[in-house]
Amino acid sequence: MLTNRSKVVVDKQMSFVEKLYLPAIIGGLFITFKHFFRKKTTIKYPEVKRELSSVYRGQHVLKRDEQGRENCTACGLCAVACPAEAITMTAAERKPGEEKLYREEKYASVYEINMLRCIFCGLCEEACPKEAIFLTDRIVASDFERGGFIYGKDKLVEPVDNDKRIDLSGRLQAHRKLNS
Amino acid sequence: MATEKIRKNTVVEEGVEKQYTTLNLGPTHPATHGIFQNILKMDGEIIISAEPTIGYIHRAFEKLAERRPFYQITPITDRMNYCSSPINNMGWHMTVEKLLGLEMPKRVDYMRVIIMELARISDHIVCNSVIGVDSGALTGFVYMFQEREKIYEIYEEICGARLTTNIGRIGGFERDFNEKAWAKIHKFLKEFPDVLKEFENLLVRNRIFMDRTIDCGPITAEDALSYSFTGPNLRAAGVDYDVRVMNPYSSYEEFDFMIPVGTQGDTYDRFMVRQQEMWESLSIIHQAIDKLNKLEDKTTFHADVPEFYLPPKDEVYNTMEGLIWHFKIIMGETDIPKGEVYHCVEGGNGELGFYLVSDGGRTPYRLHLRRPCFIYYQAYPEMIKGSFLSDAILTMSSMNVIAGELDA
Repeated sequence: MLTNRSKVVVDKQMSFVEKLYLPAIIGGLFITFKHFFRKKTTIKYPEVKRELSSVYRGQHVLKRDEQGRENCTACGLCAVACPAEAITMTAAERKPGEEKLYREEKYASVYEINMLRCIFCGLCEEACPKEAIFLTDRIVASDFERGGFIYGKDKLVEPVDNDKRIDLSGRLQAHRKLNS
Repeated sequence: MATEKIRKNTVVEEGVEKQYTTLNLGPTHPATHGIFQNILKMDGEIIISAEPTIGYIHRAFEKLAERRPFYQITPITDRMNYCSSPINNMGWHMTVEKLLGLEMPKRVDYMRVIIMELARISDHIVCNSVIGVDSGALTGFVYMFQEREKIYEIYEEICGARLTTNIGRIGGFERDFNEKAWAKIHKFLKEFPDVLKEFENLLVRNRIFMDRTIDCGPITAEDALSYSFTGPNLRAAGVDYDVRVMNPYSSYEEFDFMIPVGTQGDTYDRFMVRQQEMWESLSIIHQAIDKLNKLEDKTTFHADVPEFYLPPKDEVYNTMEGLIWHFKIIMGETDIPKGEVYHCVEGGNGELGFYLVSDGGRTPYRLHLRRPCFIYYQAYPEMIKGSFLSDAILTMSSMNVIAGELDA
């Protein structure tokens, strides 16, 4: 014995009652029978969906600011932080007249996340210094082809319309708590 | 079965002609719970010898880690023992903190203890209920998995994922536990004892289960030690070795708990040791919550180490220093000291060790993972020699060999 904390927890001697098979079977059946009358724990999935937590790490979104301009400046920090090397991007310079589209002078003309490589660790979100990329509580949809899983800006950037924006208030609140 | 190719060979033994059968158990066999291959030589239903093959899901984690900055290795450790990934995450964080010489606040220690013990419970839930399944009692499995779901919801509330958690950061936690997480922890602590008791009523003193598991796949304490077993499998053989007691980390020395041990090291012993450990883990979580409530500090969730822990986002957006630290940490350009450390934690199924050599670069020079499953699997052919095929299945599930950790 290495310590004074050990405790033998096994007793392999059966008493007379335990040696009879029947009590164990009846006792077990009684327990399972009780479960018939309990509340069901399963949910009928496609119709009813479980509420995911506000910090759930699901499909990514590239945020726009209040005026509908893209936040991402293609600094590449998310791609550096990605342990799965799932993010690629090409930077471009904002032309005169595009001020309403992009928040700063540099933006990502191509931004792709390979959802088959992505491991949803959330490090890109943590790395982003521009409040641009976030993981959301949406689940990545299934597809029939591998090519369909390379999400470009068409799938990642949130819509401009205010009522179609992705709501991240719960997540940002949790982040602010993280920050304070 | 499609996966079991049968070849026959004949052996003459003591003048009697015998036919041995070669049986491929695995690599993808529903009863092995993972990608394990065993080439069994069988005399009727008795196993004469077994030859395990490893490496079917080898993903070269040790080599991968040599190309990743320290904070990016945490998601890799998730994928070792995926039944208790928070323990792997915390073990890795503590290893790096040991290398960097960081001191954690008490509150972080206790929060880590809560998460690690929850992970241990979920690991033991999987193992013990699967012992039930493999011995023919499916019901307990279904009831216990409802509780595992609750533990996963707690993880989800804290870190945002359920299985591959990536929980915590080097230097603390990514965020404090919110009210919902605390509510879920308290709900779990309230409801779990009843379910565990019910599970024990189903199996522990059931003669059918006892007859099935006693003397199934035994290993003596001496053999277990010479194979360098750790964790519940060694304790089942009667040696009370527990890393949490022998080599405390994360303030485990302040907690009061027993080390359950078995006598023979058979499947029933392993089952009972894990069962009792769940009760001990529950008591440790209660103690940790008490200690947290007694602490004056109610808000700290990370150590004050701006060189290694990411600054708050407000600072990143608004101050120059914050932005510089942020870029330095993400790009892995912080100063890492040279040196080598070994840190071990009591994982779900044994001593999970990290041997880290740093040459001062942005990545580890070498990282070795001491994975308990790899060690258990070496003893597996010895343990099933001379037993029935069905006992071999039960022995493997009771040793809790997880393919992801075995092959790493």
